[in-house]
Amino acid sequence: MTSVRVINPGMYTTIQDLGRTGYQQYGMPVSGSMDHFAHRVANLLVGNAQNEAVIEMTIMGGTYAFDEDLFIAITGADMNPKLNGKNQIGMWRSVSVKKGDRVTFGAAKKGCRSYLAVAGGFDLPLVLGSKSTYVRGRFGGLEGRILNKDDLIRVKEKKQDNQNLNGRFIPAGDIPEYEKAVNLRVLLGPQENYFTRKGIADFFSFPYKVSKEFDRMGYRLEGKKVEHESSADIISDGIVKGAVQIPGHGNPIIMLADCQTTGGYTKIAHVINTDLWKVAQLKTGDTIRFEAIDISDAHEIFRKREQKILEMIEGFSHKRLKDDKDFKLNINSQSFEVKINEVSSLK
Amino acid sequence: MENYFQIKPVGDCAIAIEFKNEISEEINNNVAALKSSIENAQIEGVLECIPTYRSITICYNPMLISFDELKDGIEKFMNESGSSNETEARVYIIPVCYGGEYGPDLTNVASANNLRHQEVIEIHSSVDYRIYMLGFTPGFPYLGGMSDSIATPRLKQPRTKIIAGSVGIAGKQTGIYPIDSPGGWQIIGRTPLKLFDINREIPILLEAGNYIRFQAIDEEKYREIEKEVKEANYICETESITRGGV
Repeated sequence: MTSVRVINPGMYTTIQDLGRTGYQQYGMPVSGSMDHFAHRVANLLVGNAQNEAVIEMTIMGGTYAFDEDLFIAITGADMNPKLNGKNQIGMWRSVSVKKGDRVTFGAAKKGCRSYLAVAGGFDLPLVLGSKSTYVRGRFGGLEGRILNKDDLIRVKEKKQDNQNLNGRFIPAGDIPEYEKAVNLRVLLGPQENYFTRKGIADFFSFPYKVSKEFDRMGYRLEGKKVEHESSADIISDGIVKGAVQIPGHGNPIIMLADCQTTGGYTKIAHVINTDLWKVAQLKTGDTIRFEAIDISDAHEIFRKREQKILEMIEGFSHKRLKDDKDFKLNINSQSFEVKINEVSSLK
Repeated sequence: MENYFQIKPVGDCAIAIEFKNEISEEINNNVAALKSSIENAQIEGVLECIPTYRSITICYNPMLISFDELKDGIEKFMNESGSSNETEARVYIIPVCYGGEYGPDLTNVASANNLRHQEVIEIHSSVDYRIYMLGFTPGFPYLGGMSDSIATPRLKQPRTKIIAGSVGIAGKQTGIYPIDSPGGWQIIGRTPLKLFDINREIPILLEAGNYIRFQAIDEEKYREIEKEVKEANYICETESITRGGV
């Protein structure tokens, strides 16, 4: 039985797929990975369905041991992944690990969340159609909780097509940059008429800092207070991820994967789906600027991202990475260690 | 009938249909009716609905359906159905053991309203409460219809843990805690039923648009039902009624 053993869980590590659809009307949050793009790409690199569950690490990654030869892929924030404490592991590419290998992660250099996918996916029960962990509700994932030391996560038995997975990679130009200051594109509303003209202008003119309170449920921001016309409260209605709520205190809260399904605060805007990964990779002190776009632009951006994913899949059948080669270079009596990934074209 | 509504984008993957901005059974009936028409239509690209007091949020996949197509489709529904048809609704009978260790704040509620314990229980269990929506935590019902004569402010010092099944009063609202959680409601009783049980085939007991009636039971009956619930032998009693008609 192939499995991944948790040697050290890291700071806040959970199993997530793309979320639990269909139960929001009963008050069940959707959950799912915070950065869908990195998650989907990790799965593609190891030949999984895009929705397969992966390990989501936050800020500080863990250590994982493998008891069989297996392909894995690491995407998202760079937590300095290493094989058996020594060699750097390449990200955004398929990696072959051997029986007994350990993969270790450190602190995120840039970004906040890292994803580890294993070929075949995790053999975990579906709870209401999903393997996503909802920690507050204590269900999904592995026993409804964050990963602990000594957990064994079973991997689905699947005949590995090594030839097919070997050397899969994402071209450098398609790997997202995790910046400390981001622009988030939003659609205004639906409660924009609860704010003064000044309030709306301020929201789009000033930068907002990520406060100390940020988690899978939402990110509380600090900055120029957004002024309400009179009331900050509405008759409770539905909340979806990306919603930017402004309670009476005037500071925005961006609702994310584990957000409650209903709420009674005014929502000034919604971050477009295609920009949510940017939020997922922010930490305390990082800054956000909001920019309004209209729905047809938002859908065009959405289509382009889906197109990009298709091109990546297409790319796997044309180009592969060959084995890394290490070189030592001496330039003006300074020495450099250089790793070169040769790309081969498949005919 | 007046059937005012607005359709608005809620980000790029959801749309909201908002009825009149007030809490009333009539408007909530429109929400329930529209929700079932949307679900019955099985529109490609529509993922799920969140019905609330006076609005529905519909999540969709923009690769499969555009905002305009969805908006046109919903407008057509609204014009065709008028959503004033009479529909069947259920009343869930919720057994509650009032007072004592199950309802430590029954005394507060009684003294705040100059009533005897028994009077509070009779008032609380004499009404069919509308389930306007579910949300907040899995399976939490937002109920309407409680008598003002037992309204009581929240506890000044919230409890760190309220046991699942606890029935409480907060101001003019009454509700049931589906999972153990902190809270400041005046707890007047507890039901042995599980509003939320992830191991059950249908984890959520209640459905929005229907009703709840509390039925007073004694401790012995509480234990009996609790045992049946544990063994998955208890079926929540329901009554059929007609709602909505104009």
